[in-house]
Amino acid sequence: MRKYVPKDNVQKKAYYTDRFHVVPSVPRSKVEEGSHFADVMKTMGANVKESYIEIGQLVIHIAPEDNFKVMKMLKETCGYTQCSEQSAVDYLAKDNEFELFWQLLNITVAKRIRVVCRLANGAAIESIEPLYKSANFAEREMFDMFGIKVNNHPFLKRILMPDDWEGHPLLKTYPLHGDEFASWYEVDKIFGKEYRDIIGPENRDPGKIDIKDTKRFSRIGYEVPFAAEYNENEEVPVEYSETALVNYNKKTSIQLDERR
Amino acid sequence: MQVSNKLTPFFENLNFERDDNRMVINFGPQHPSAHGQLRLVLELDGEQVMKAYPDIGYLHRGIEKMAENMTYNEFLPTTDRLDYIASTSNNYAYALAVEKLLDIEAPRRAQAIRTMLLELNRIISHLFFVATHALDVGAMSVFLYAFREREFAMDLMEDYCGARLTHSAVRIGGVPLDLPAGWLENAAIFCDKIDHEVEHTYGALLNENRIWKMRLEDVGVISAEDALSWGCSGVMLRGSNVKWDIRKEEPYELYGELDFDIPTSDRCDSYGRFRMYMEEMKQSTRMIRQLIPLYKETKPQLMAHSPQYISAPKEEIMTQNYALMQHFVLVTQGMRPPKGEVYVATESPKGELGFYIKSEGEPYAYRLKCRAPSFFHTGLLQKLLVGVYLADVVTIIGTTNIVFGEVDR
Repeated sequence: MRKYVPKDNVQKKAYYTDRFHVVPSVPRSKVEEGSHFADVMKTMGANVKESYIEIGQLVIHIAPEDNFKVMKMLKETCGYTQCSEQSAVDYLAKDNEFELFWQLLNITVAKRIRVVCRLANGAAIESIEPLYKSANFAEREMFDMFGIKVNNHPFLKRILMPDDWEGHPLLKTYPLHGDEFASWYEVDKIFGKEYRDIIGPENRDPGKIDIKDTKRFSRIGYEVPFAAEYNENEEVPVEYSETALVNYNKKTSIQLDERR
Repeated sequence: MQVSNKLTPFFENLNFERDDNRMVINFGPQHPSAHGQLRLVLELDGEQVMKAYPDIGYLHRGIEKMAENMTYNEFLPTTDRLDYIASTSNNYAYALAVEKLLDIEAPRRAQAIRTMLLELNRIISHLFFVATHALDVGAMSVFLYAFREREFAMDLMEDYCGARLTHSAVRIGGVPLDLPAGWLENAAIFCDKIDHEVEHTYGALLNENRIWKMRLEDVGVISAEDALSWGCSGVMLRGSNVKWDIRKEEPYELYGELDFDIPTSDRCDSYGRFRMYMEEMKQSTRMIRQLIPLYKETKPQLMAHSPQYISAPKEEIMTQNYALMQHFVLVTQGMRPPKGEVYVATESPKGELGFYIKSEGEPYAYRLKCRAPSFFHTGLLQKLLVGVYLADVVTIIGTTNIVFGEVDR
């Protein structure tokens, strides 16, 4: 059977896939008895759904409604005084969920913990801003990039994108070069909606080449006047070298060796 | 919004339409001391800041989005554009995160080169800090002197990788090139020069300068709890007397073998942080000097041997069929790391620069999050600026040493 690929994931995908390629996983180990992480697990108790050590850091999975309670315990009992990062991963196409993570740091024992939870699409998460002030900006960024609402945040507002932007750029459904709204945003903002017909949508692909555009693109080997109309039957006065096998100057697509 | 007419004309920066005596002014994003693209909206009572609102996003290029649409090796040059003052530290932080995911280690010579380049970049970044901070506060000559030495450091980077600003000097699994002939000697001369200049030029000009001290002392005071809570790292955290340096606590590359000190300051203010930047430059030169003999003992291998993920050296590709095939697959399709997630933090000149990578086994990262230190230091401004006078705002922005390439990403 063919592998299921979510249709609304518009990010770049591997062109070539090997049917027999088995994807290995990063090894996960159990928490060792008597280590610092074992003490953390004991304090956490029943709040933890799943836990393991991945690349030197303890990862604990929790329920999304417990996040404030768990962070408070981690901060006050276990000494995780810094929340270095928090964000989300989009799993909407596969599970209709977001995966949220918080990266915590304990500077006295030099250990890091990642707290992970799965949040259903459209649900809101409790803000941890009262515990870690760094969440103020981080949660705003998460809201901006994914549209995840945060309860009791002091000032939940877009941070990187403009306030009147539509769409959330880091969703898998959002194309790399922006959507329809993005292509009209600056035209509407600078000139006004009535100029849409005159100016046309913004080109958001920096690698785009338009052969009909004689204002920004020149021809190789010959010139056409600036802003000239595109001519379908343009005379191409360029001569390519002739090889023994193919004569590129002749119009026919396939040519055999004339010596035969 | 202001409604302008003949009686109340439109003022670009001022909004007078308030009931109380407070004035709202807009600082940036084109202000020369806004360190790039920072826009600050300040609510003033007289000359005192009552409320500060940092508005960012003017340099947002969607680098995290680009990471999801590029193979791992393709993305590496993009990381140059994060903290463009010290690009190698970004390249390195990203390469290290991917290496941890792949479970490979760079060979020892590559480690020695990387550590040297990282410290050289730290000097470049700290010189830039001293220069622009002094310029913001009003000391023009320090700017000229510091940029003179920074040119020498960038010459060293150019000798190594050919670029002065966007280095891409690190690869996943090692470094692309060995050091050119004479580089180590030049680096040693440069270290002597920096030590001399830090002591006798910038130090002599600024350390006991009466105006400099008046402008910096007791300005921008952060307590240790606040610094931790607001996610400060690097000098901002150590400036609040928290002894935390990732190079010492979670050593990577050759930092575990080097002998260096972590300067901290219990002043918690801008002046303490300025002195720490000066001290860190001396520690960096100390490290580079120790690395020179360590480099000479190493074997010449530069890239890790891991045929599944890393291309073989050029001689093997040119002579062995299988190496060529693997190189072809790695270039056209990109490497496919194992499924899993990783967060690796490194001590960049600005603070804790970390990369979180979530891999689903595809050649494209499923999610890449760049933990930029400046992003959190910008967030701190909304607390730090409250209650200070307008003239100190520039000092405080300068002391946080934010770079907008990595704030907005």
